[in-house]
Amino acid sequence: MAKVLVMKERKSRFTNLSNMEIKNVYTPEDIKDIDYSKDIGLPGEFPFTRGIHPTMYRGRLWTMRQFSGFGTAEDTNKRFKYLLKHGETGLSTAFDMPTLMGYDSDNYRAAGEVGVCGVAIDTIADMEILFDDIPLNEVTVSMTINAPAAILLSMYIAVADKRGIPLNKLGGTIQNDILKEYTAQKEWIFPPEPSLRLITDTIIYCARNLPKWHPVSISGYHIREAGSTAVQELAFTLYDGLTYVEEVIKRGLSIDEFAPRLSFFFNSHNDFFEEIAKFRAARRIWYREMKKRYNPKDERTMLLRFHTQTAGCSLTAQQPYNNIVRVTLQALSAVLGGTQSLHTDSMDETYAIPTEEAVRIALRTQQIIAHESGVANTVDPLGGSYYIENLTNKMEDAVYEYFKKLDDMGGMVSAIEKGFPQKEIKESAYSYQKEIDSKERIIVGVNDFIEEEKAPVEVFKTNPDVEKKQIQRLKDIKGNRDKKRLSRTLHDLKRAAKGDENLMPFIIEAVKSYATIGEICDVLKEIFGEYKEPIV
Amino acid sequence: MKVLLAKIGLDGHDRGVKVIRDALTNEGIEVIYIGLHKTPEEIVNTAINEKVDVIGISSMTGAHNLIFQRVFELLNERGKNIPVFAGGIIPDGDIPKLKEMGIKEVFLPGTELKGIVEFIKGLS
Repeated sequence: MAKVLVMKERKSRFTNLSNMEIKNVYTPEDIKDIDYSKDIGLPGEFPFTRGIHPTMYRGRLWTMRQFSGFGTAEDTNKRFKYLLKHGETGLSTAFDMPTLMGYDSDNYRAAGEVGVCGVAIDTIADMEILFDDIPLNEVTVSMTINAPAAILLSMYIAVADKRGIPLNKLGGTIQNDILKEYTAQKEWIFPPEPSLRLITDTIIYCARNLPKWHPVSISGYHIREAGSTAVQELAFTLYDGLTYVEEVIKRGLSIDEFAPRLSFFFNSHNDFFEEIAKFRAARRIWYREMKKRYNPKDERTMLLRFHTQTAGCSLTAQQPYNNIVRVTLQALSAVLGGTQSLHTDSMDETYAIPTEEAVRIALRTQQIIAHESGVANTVDPLGGSYYIENLTNKMEDAVYEYFKKLDDMGGMVSAIEKGFPQKEIKESAYSYQKEIDSKERIIVGVNDFIEEEKAPVEVFKTNPDVEKKQIQRLKDIKGNRDKKRLSRTLHDLKRAAKGDENLMPFIIEAVKSYATIGEICDVLKEIFGEYKEPIV
Repeated sequence: MKVLLAKIGLDGHDRGVKVIRDALTNEGIEVIYIGLHKTPEEIVNTAINEKVDVIGISSMTGAHNLIFQRVFELLNERGKNIPVFAGGIIPDGDIPKLKEMGIKEVFLPGTELKGIVEFIKGLS
């Protein structure tokens, strides 16, 4: 009998993006230590490896939620309505850099950045325009805001209150995850300890007043964008989550009072199977840790629900149309990994914020996956694959190695102060770049299959008058406020910040008196101080 | 050779600038990386005090036109002609304007490290 020809392999070593070696084939031997009922189980049943709901997308598709925001509140309100008209099912707000850093639009540090990378919000007046004609009791709204998250949430609450919408009807998310700011995204204001207090204040306030709100979205997305591997993304994010849980427990809440509303946010990068394994491992680890540490009564406490965004850092400026294909594969990983909501990047995002056409293609990508590909017909179709199950185990083991290191360092805050996660991330970023430079890793259009000519894409231009308009509006508001009420609410906030009361009610009063985000942050900076990064 | 690297503006995307720092350091070049959220004033002052040969600025906020102009104004005011290069998210259409301002080169995502390092070595 003639033998099958065994070809020499293309590379001496095949690896994923966490630099794990991948074998040429996986067999029952690779999953022999797995106990189906203990380690995999059914969707909607512990350890939730296969998904948090028994029916998953057969019951309800993931929420298609495109992150958007630019210019003035009017501009973004128009984009929101455009997205809703085209079938988007939830809103996600991008704020400009000055808002993320707690500066007013007229601050000298804000010059040139007002309304550029997101929408400019200074006072509750902007927030009212941003959500004009949008039914806040029907649409869920996500806000990517961290250091000043309590302030933006307060503005949102104040707007709803003005419209007569009961707080228990409000559904949505604030990112409110400061730990990953210190390690990755780096939009910080206050030092870690008072920042953690603000976060626990919002979690506790929401647990009592906004039962449908997700007060924190524990984010690996930015950790990955900053250059981490999939394993590091997962390990640091879950550890951040455990840190927040511990902080709230210390304040006297029981686990089931708040943990069911915690949510996560992950990246979906290029290595298709690695990402799927990461999402599956995430659910299993969170279940195991919640169970082991707190033995909760409410099953929802142990469910890891997450939003996914395709990897912005994987997009290339070269041959930008190729990005549509990358995004499709990454989105498919997220869906096969059981995401609850998804943002697909637009092909032109290495140039500027996306045009309407580019955003529409990105949204259509999700709709094609949902309605045409058939992948939503059954839950966790890759469950039981020798490779996927083996890889899910390996992700979990690697995460626990990081947990041990972080424990030994005395927890996340002290690890951040030592620069540990920052250093791990920047080293991974550097080795990834070196692999691309040496062509160990091929990126189509970047280090191979290069074309001289760039495919022309239309680039979005922000209206140059935004800054002027925004500063004028701020000036008008500052001129027309009740100054006595303003100074009283800011004074009350300062007194509360010195003590240990929950700051949310005080911030809500301040925003209702038209205090600006900058004024509120200045009061808090006086008491809390400002963060200085250790450069690693 | 001494290179100053900084992130300008309010965004926190420091992955690229740190990769460049490591690449230069591995070539034996002295690098002073002053971190995030720097103003043109802070950058120019440090460059002059530290007597650097080259300034590298990373921008992702879209405020590059305004901010780089300010950097050159400050350098001119102080009578310094330190070469400046840039990196980050910068639309193609803005690059000629930046070069006219005096930026030696703009490195966009996907640029090979070796090329950047060679270019910087050629600046001093």
